[in-house]
Amino acid sequence: MTILEDRPSNPAAGDHDRPIGHGRMQRKEDPRFVRGKGHYVDDIVLPGMLHGAILRAPVAHARLVSIDTTEALAHPKVLAVITGSDLQALGLAWAPTLSMDIQAVLVTDKVRFQGQEVAFVVAEDRYAARDALELIQVEYDVLSPVVDARKAMDPDAPIIRDDLEGRTDNHIFDWEAGNKAETDAVFASADVVVKQEIVYPRVHPAPMETCGAVADFDAVEGRLTLYETTQAPHAHRTLFAMVSGIPEHKIRVVSPDIGGGFGNKVGIYPGYILAVVGSIVTGKPVKWVEDRSENLMSTSFARDYIMQGEIAATRDGKILALRTNVLADHGAFNATAQPTKYPAGFFHIFTGSYDLAAAHCTVTGVYTNKAPGGVAYACSFRVTEAVYLVERMVDILARKLEMDPAELRLKNFIKKEQFPYPNKTGWEYDSGDYEPTMRLSMKMAGYDELRREQKEKRERGELMGIGISFFTETVGAGPRKDMDILGLGMADGAELRIHPTGKAVVRISVQSQGQGHETTFAQIVAEEIGIPPEDIDVVHGDTDQTPFGLGTYGSRSTPVSGAAVALVARKVREKARFIAAAMLETRPEDLEWEKGRWFVKGDPSVGKTIAEIAMGAHGTVALPEGIDGNLDAEVTYDPPNLTFPFGAYICVVDVDPGTGHVKVRRFIAVDDCGTRINPMIIEGQIHGGLTDGVGMALMEFIEFDAEGNCLGGSFMDYLIPTAMEVPDWETGFTVTPSPHHPIGAKGVGESATVGSPPAVVNAVVDALSPFGVVHMDMPCTPARVWEAMQGRTRPPV
Amino acid sequence: MQIPAPFDYVRASSVDNALALLDRHGPESRVVAGGHSLLPMMKLRLARPDWLIDINDLFELDYLLVDGPVLRIGAMTRHTTLLESDDVRRLFPIISDAERVIADPIVRNRGTIGGSLCQADPAEDLSTVCHVLEAVAVVRGPAGERMLSMADFHRGPYETAVAQNELLIEVRIPIRTGSASAYEKVERRVGDWAVAAAGASVTLAADGTISQVAVGLTAVGLDRNVTEVEAVLIGQAPTEALFVEAGLLASRSCDPLADQRGPVDYKRHLADELTRRVLRAACRRAAASASDTTTQEG
Ligand SMILES: Cc1cc2nc3c(=O)[nH]c(=O)nc-3n(C[C@H](O)[C@H](O)[C@H](O)COP(=O)(O)OP(=O)(O)OC[C@H]3O[C@@H](n4cnc5c(N)ncnc54)[C@H](O)[C@@H]3O)c2cc1C
Repeated sequence: MTILEDRPSNPAAGDHDRPIGHGRMQRKEDPRFVRGKGHYVDDIVLPGMLHGAILRAPVAHARLVSIDTTEALAHPKVLAVITGSDLQALGLAWAPTLSMDIQAVLVTDKVRFQGQEVAFVVAEDRYAARDALELIQVEYDVLSPVVDARKAMDPDAPIIRDDLEGRTDNHIFDWEAGNKAETDAVFASADVVVKQEIVYPRVHPAPMETCGAVADFDAVEGRLTLYETTQAPHAHRTLFAMVSGIPEHKIRVVSPDIGGGFGNKVGIYPGYILAVVGSIVTGKPVKWVEDRSENLMSTSFARDYIMQGEIAATRDGKILALRTNVLADHGAFNATAQPTKYPAGFFHIFTGSYDLAAAHCTVTGVYTNKAPGGVAYACSFRVTEAVYLVERMVDILARKLEMDPAELRLKNFIKKEQFPYPNKTGWEYDSGDYEPTMRLSMKMAGYDELRREQKEKRERGELMGIGISFFTETVGAGPRKDMDILGLGMADGAELRIHPTGKAVVRISVQSQGQGHETTFAQIVAEEIGIPPEDIDVVHGDTDQTPFGLGTYGSRSTPVSGAAVALVARKVREKARFIAAAMLETRPEDLEWEKGRWFVKGDPSVGKTIAEIAMGAHGTVALPEGIDGNLDAEVTYDPPNLTFPFGAYICVVDVDPGTGHVKVRRFIAVDDCGTRINPMIIEGQIHGGLTDGVGMALMEFIEFDAEGNCLGGSFMDYLIPTAMEVPDWETGFTVTPSPHHPIGAKGVGESATVGSPPAVVNAVVDALSPFGVVHMDMPCTPARVWEAMQGRTRPPV
Repeated sequence: MQIPAPFDYVRASSVDNALALLDRHGPESRVVAGGHSLLPMMKLRLARPDWLIDINDLFELDYLLVDGPVLRIGAMTRHTTLLESDDVRRLFPIISDAERVIADPIVRNRGTIGGSLCQADPAEDLSTVCHVLEAVAVVRGPAGERMLSMADFHRGPYETAVAQNELLIEVRIPIRTGSASAYEKVERRVGDWAVAAAGASVTLAADGTISQVAVGLTAVGLDRNVTEVEAVLIGQAPTEALFVEAGLLASRSCDPLADQRGPVDYKRHLADELTRRVLRAACRRAAASASDTTTQEG
């Protein structure tokens, strides 16, 4: 295993593993997780708490004829059965989505996907709640469903959203970026043009912890406390206020430990709302926790993009332009979580890492009879699809030009001196230096040696493939001048208090789902203030205890909240300077900072530590004019731009020619996420993301049959990778700081999930090239690979 | 959390006690062994027994015994025990091959050979293995013990000859000198059920020709051995050309269904490919152990 950095043999041991600031250190939150002391939504037990369960539709498209709850209500342990018509009476049958659409909380008129919420039972225990579901009699009038997005716009396609006034088709939106005329002109005169349909199939985030909530409505105070599996507690509080009519100051959203999110826990699901309604109706706290099948069948999926890609180049391998038309399957409700202006998220980063003369994309979103969602699974707002498209297209072009794919990429990279780089679809890439990153990955891989080995193996009939992906992401949404979600700007707050004894608490608006926030954010403060991370408590996930902000998704925590934390620490540091000056009876400008301490210029022995200053602030020191008696500060950070992390990935696969089984033999990942706060946490994020990527490339797929039945409703059918499917990851890094971020950091949480699938698929296609295979769609299961070898590649949808 | 329909539960203290409990609670009672097939079905409410009779205290059924010309395996023997046994690896490498690819360690620590055979899932691996090894199932009920060949025991997908008030007690596998075996499975991911799998057992005569052979297939719609290969292989010295022929016969004899694991022609192809591979491996192993013995004797 090659890691270009020393890994301490016992990470808990020496002083160098206890950095006062950035550096490798073990995660502060891990002792409670490894000892089973994490506290998740399902661990919450309140006095008198009841349990809810959801009856779900067995079919994909059907008119609701009748629903009879008599028998369920007669169950001795059942307290309430709520149906769509009950909600209708309360004006709560429909709720707004994060994409300006509405979604049914419970079916009132028509079932629109299999697994949709039909009724909610509240009972004394979770067993009784489940048993009572079987006692509800529902009559459906089954309709023909729209399963294939390609047929959603057919003139005779059934209209799914007849609830929306004036709807005559299943069209949701058309969106474009780049300049069409300019792009068409470049294409018209290019030497070489290649086209390929590329499908990114529907996958699912499948977090280990499924979604759930405990709602506790206090009718006397009119106060709602809602414990939820959410990545965005503050945004949820505002939306609950808007939907329920409960005033926002009477709502407290608590997101305790979260067992994985990956975007699955951004949206507001009917189950959360039903738990609240259940608590209002019964006057008791109500817990609702979905099971694995409910999670896979009804919550936010990811991807489902059918992309027609075209790339234009000169004969000698200068890439000129890229264009694509995308058909996006959004399911039954448009419930993606996108910035308002961008219905296809940040897909227009599909120009990748290359200096193009022109680019243009169009995206058409359509309704189908499938579960809603779309932005989920570590996708950085559709950057995943964009990177997959460009990195497949570049490989296909390399094949056409008979050029080495590494060489083609090196030839076309945006050059270091071109940054900040305005691309052809409206982004300004903050910083980059791609060639050294690419070269490092090739060196770590032994690229030339691998190609030699491949040649020898091919002569013996063995199938070995080498796949490259070089990705550029756009993460850290985002500047308020450019983006919002439902009118909320995408900023984050931070609040720092230094206690009199020099220990600190930092309160943040983002919510960890495993990313290690309690460590990383303490380290950021430590670096700026000079007190050890162990002395800094990070508080998050409770709207009553933390400042407002939009939460954790799209790799935005470090770019946005991390900046807020660095700035609030600097603010405290500046305030400390004034107090120190008062204590030392000198002027602030005569003081100099060293980590943890202000001292008198020219006389380092005279100074005050942060702890001394904190005690002074809270004590009896005569404070200067305008400085109040604490060492606290708060900020809200509006990022001036997004950050653009990048990386070079190389994957080596062996394919069994007799069975089509793909083995990922090696995977080299060189990431550049700017300043590295805690390299160990970064590696953890990369390892997890790479595993995700291998899963999507080789096995993950939410499939539907012709009737719209979900065939991926359990882990028997929705396969996620295990340690056995992945190699020993070989990671490396380069550092190109972000020029606009206070500490130069970029996001990294999704880099590997975004960057790895094309590397794996490029490797598989490379291995199959002796069979004339130019492209195959994911997932590369043994059967699909074998079919590709027979010349029968087929799209997964 | 997935929650089964209501049921009652009782722990059996002996084989006789288990049989008595089955009798007392009648058709809606079922024994639970490792629970790795039954409990998932109950959680999905596809199985809804009124009574669960837990036989995990029946340690007397958890054994592996080389007893003269047979290996006796108690019905409660866990997958892990089979996987880790040196006797099993030496005598029946097909079992070790199969156990390596059955589920994952968590399932293997609990799941039993008895449960596997009684579940008779069409993608279940040990049924094929037992067919290939010509195992005998020992079944006990109120009327006493019965010995059944696999052909009589295994009636088809999810169907065996074990009556509601009976228990599978033991599996007996005949030990043959000069024989070796192998199993190979294609799965989409470690721990997944087979897309297809094949097992073979061969016995080589002193002159190196094949004196006995059995080939079985998993998950491709064939509940018996591929008996067609016998006519081709028996009496012949093993060659690649014969394996190719056997592979073709195997692919023709099966009747797979298209599903998420693959289309029909792929599964037929696997029946062919894997048959060739397991015959090759079994013959190689048999030849190797023959030469080992010769060296030792010499
Ligand atoms: C994730 C997962 C993956 C798996 N993958 C594979 C795989 O790849 N290959 C494979 O072959 N299997 C696989 N299995 C199944 C596994 O091997 C099970 O352990 C096995 O099928 C059943 O054994 P059990 O002891 O758990 O039986 P149980 O679930 O306890 O019982 C199964 C059935 O047999 C009956 N039964 C059990 N013991 C007896 C007995 N002594 N007499 C009469 N009836 C009895 C029960 O009443 C029940 O009907 C998998 C299981 C899981 C959960």
